[in-house]
Amino acid sequence: MNAPASPLLELRGCTIRFGGLTAVSGLDLAVGERELLGLIGPNGAGKTTVFNLITGVYRPAAGNIRFAGSSLAGLRPCQIASLGIARTFQNIRLFPSMTVFDNVRVAFHLHLLSGIAHALWRGRTFRAEEESIESRVMEMLEIFRLGRHRGAAAHSLPYGDQRRLEIVRALATRPRLLLLDEPAAGMNPSEKSELMRLIRFVQERYRIAVLLVEHDMHVVRGVCQRLVVLDYGVKLAEGVPEDVLRHPKVVAAYLGEQNTPRRAPAAPAES
Amino acid sequence: MMPGRRFLLLLGAVAAGSVLSLQSHRINPYFLDVAVTVAINVILAVSLNLINGYTGQFSLGHAGFMAIGAYIAASTTMFWAPGLLPAASSPGFIGMAVFPAALLAGGLAAGLAGILVGAPSLRLKGDYLAIVTLGFGEIIRVIFRNLESVGGALGLNGIPACTNLFWTISMAALTIYAVTSMVHSTYGRGFTAVQDDEIAAEAIGINTTRYKITAFVVGAFFAGIAGGLYGHFKLSIDPRGFDFMKSIEIALMVILGGMGNTVGVIIAAILLTLLPELLRPVAEYRMMLYSFLLILLMLTCPQGLFQPRFFRRLLSPFLRGSAAPAEDPPRPA
Amino acid sequence: MTEFLQQLLNGLSLGAVYALIALGYTMVYGVLRFINFAHSDVFMVGAFAGYYLNRWMPSDSMAGGLAILAGSMAFCALLGVVIERLAYRPLRRRSRLNVLITAIGVSLLLEYTGQFLFGAAPKPFPQLFPVRTFQFAGGLIVSTNQLAVLVLTPLLLAALHFIVLKTRFGTAMRAISFHPVAATLVGINLDRVISFTFALGSALAAAGGILYSLNYQSIDPLMGVLPGLKAFVAAVVGGIGNIPGAALGGLLLGIIETFVNGSRWSTATDAIAFALLILILLFRPAGLLGKLEVEKV
Ligand SMILES: Nc1ncnc2c1ncn2[C@@H]1O[C@H](COP(=O)(O)OP(=O)(O)O)[C@@H](O)[C@H]1O
Ligand SMILES: [Mg+2]
Repeated sequence: MNAPASPLLELRGCTIRFGGLTAVSGLDLAVGERELLGLIGPNGAGKTTVFNLITGVYRPAAGNIRFAGSSLAGLRPCQIASLGIARTFQNIRLFPSMTVFDNVRVAFHLHLLSGIAHALWRGRTFRAEEESIESRVMEMLEIFRLGRHRGAAAHSLPYGDQRRLEIVRALATRPRLLLLDEPAAGMNPSEKSELMRLIRFVQERYRIAVLLVEHDMHVVRGVCQRLVVLDYGVKLAEGVPEDVLRHPKVVAAYLGEQNTPRRAPAAPAES
Repeated sequence: MMPGRRFLLLLGAVAAGSVLSLQSHRINPYFLDVAVTVAINVILAVSLNLINGYTGQFSLGHAGFMAIGAYIAASTTMFWAPGLLPAASSPGFIGMAVFPAALLAGGLAAGLAGILVGAPSLRLKGDYLAIVTLGFGEIIRVIFRNLESVGGALGLNGIPACTNLFWTISMAALTIYAVTSMVHSTYGRGFTAVQDDEIAAEAIGINTTRYKITAFVVGAFFAGIAGGLYGHFKLSIDPRGFDFMKSIEIALMVILGGMGNTVGVIIAAILLTLLPELLRPVAEYRMMLYSFLLILLMLTCPQGLFQPRFFRRLLSPFLRGSAAPAEDPPRPA
Repeated sequence: MTEFLQQLLNGLSLGAVYALIALGYTMVYGVLRFINFAHSDVFMVGAFAGYYLNRWMPSDSMAGGLAILAGSMAFCALLGVVIERLAYRPLRRRSRLNVLITAIGVSLLLEYTGQFLFGAAPKPFPQLFPVRTFQFAGGLIVSTNQLAVLVLTPLLLAALHFIVLKTRFGTAMRAISFHPVAATLVGINLDRVISFTFALGSALAAAGGILYSLNYQSIDPLMGVLPGLKAFVAAVVGGIGNIPGAALGGLLLGIIETFVNGSRWSTATDAIAFALLILILLFRPAGLLGKLEVEKV
């Protein structure tokens, strides 16, 4: 299985450096419409940096990124989000002081019809829209079994719930592409299998593409249709999971080291 | 279109203000004075709360916005309006028609300055932003000190006495209404999102620049109105009255009230205005006691005086508006 | 030319005082990450301590003046430690905003207590050093008071430099400002280092208070407010938390202010200090010598 012919997202020759370190080097990457693509590689390979490049947190030093046919160059993160790219963060970034409900509600903001004026007048249009948002938020929270926590402050949730809440929040922006950065980190096995089910479910239901960064190979195999392997910022291999994971370079760079102490696979990695 | 229930509460407050104002000759002038001061401080604190408390932009320049409002409003009633239509110089006409326009002009001018002062918040955070906004406030003050047309360092005297209970209570109610309505909406949760995590906010499509500037502009607008009320209440203003200690005083109300908690901030504004008055009998020690109490308060209740939960329960019968208040759990779908 | 040199000299002596105060702000910020608002009032207390010490043992010699300076520095060092112990330490785990407000409270308390004890009216500040003026070639005039500032400030800065770079306390201070958690993990006693930092900063503020008053010759309980604010601006311009930055920012601000004051924009002196601050921060958000901390996502 090869890169899609007319991809939804396309990176061409993307490079970024931090001081002397080239975190991502001349990367080509394509995600097709409604594809489930995995991006894997050892810690420090540059996966999170790729997410940051796509979402406009960092600017590439070279190369370009196109989404749905238009270039993302020079756009702010919020503009990129409004084009239909949503993400989660490796070290969870919820709005800690807000309730679970509000964390999701605020993400509906992109498609809001009413603005300040409506909020001030509080007329029928405003109330109707707020009510419809409320019911949609609740529906999404129920899908992810977070409904009963809706009034709790986000920071008070257990770790696994926080990770799921971040996914709900991302989905609430109605993306066409969802970027998940190690969503299974810190989850127990039953939470992980539920997560796999949920990722497949939302991909079906909302008809979106998913780019998944994940260290847990069971999750990766269970979810992804295609894999891209990154090491030291360079693409090592690409293809269907069975082939890629058996590729000698990949085994050497990534799987081989699971037996060595260079990295503990299940531990939530920092940044 | 039917306005929300909150809106009716606002109208109620305005009505109460006008009744009180009509009866104001029966009220002890000292209490009247204190009441007007309290209401002006409530406007200042609630409007700063939008910037500091909800949006998390630590601003110490609020007195500067107040100064702009005070000078522009006073200039409107004293020079511009009588210049434009000479008939407008009768006291009654100034009080009823020119004054609201003057307040609006003061608010708009301050709001415009809010764009300028808010701009650094796009690059700076925390203490740096605090000191830069403080600097802006001081610059505004120095500009007025050098403007001879508004009295320079001597200040502006002979401002008509237009401020009364009706205007102050109505404006305070309007400020509270506007800030809470903005914040308690899907749109308005964006302010708190910006405060909580800017990167995450951008990632869900929130234009953090727009939100920050909006907070500064709206906050400054109401501070400008407070300034207009203040000038037409004190009848003379001078640049020293708007120095950074005034900004700090307002910030204190926000912090003691518990950032982003409007009810708490209102109560803190009232208490901090009344405290020096209550300490009047011990005149000599008054300000020493005041600062001592301040330290003590911070040491004993660092979360702010007023926990939102307590007050929400207390006030819930009155506060239930068209949409559930944002801190409340939403009603079941 | 002479006028330029004269102004430069005046600017340097004003800037030296700003630098002395700014150091206290920056050091405290380095270890605790908060703006010690009461610092400017420690500066005021330093001046008053000098005033009263001189009443008890009037100074007419170089040595007497230095003794008074040392006495006032010691007194303020103690004051700084006490303030930290009573007002700031209990709040150390709270948000920085809480500590900031407490600091404002301490600042007000010192000011109002000052007004209560010393009266609100300005007092003439005595000559601590023998009065003499030196006339240089070209008509440049330097008074003993200016000389005191220009000689003592570099000495104090050198002493500080030595303490921060060469002593155990200095090393611990730097460790804490670099990484507080790691510093405590390797066994650094946070409380003692913080006390020490306050003592050091407050002593420098006291020195600043006396040197400032020598040149302005009038003191009052609110005298710290404006220089304190300017010194804080200087610390931020230099890059807060950065010790050489504070000295640089102080000198820069003093010189610019003096030149503006001598020009036809003199009424706008204060505004120009802040305008400069805003410009510098907009183009170098971490100050002149500060390092920008970039957030990893
Ligand atoms: N903001 C940054 N500043 C400096 N170095 C960075 C920054 N972000 C990432 N890096 C470096 O880039 C490399 C790739 O990091 P990252 O993308 O987080 O790896 P991964 O997500 O694959 O574990 C690492 O060496 C990391 O230290
Ligand atoms: Mg990563």
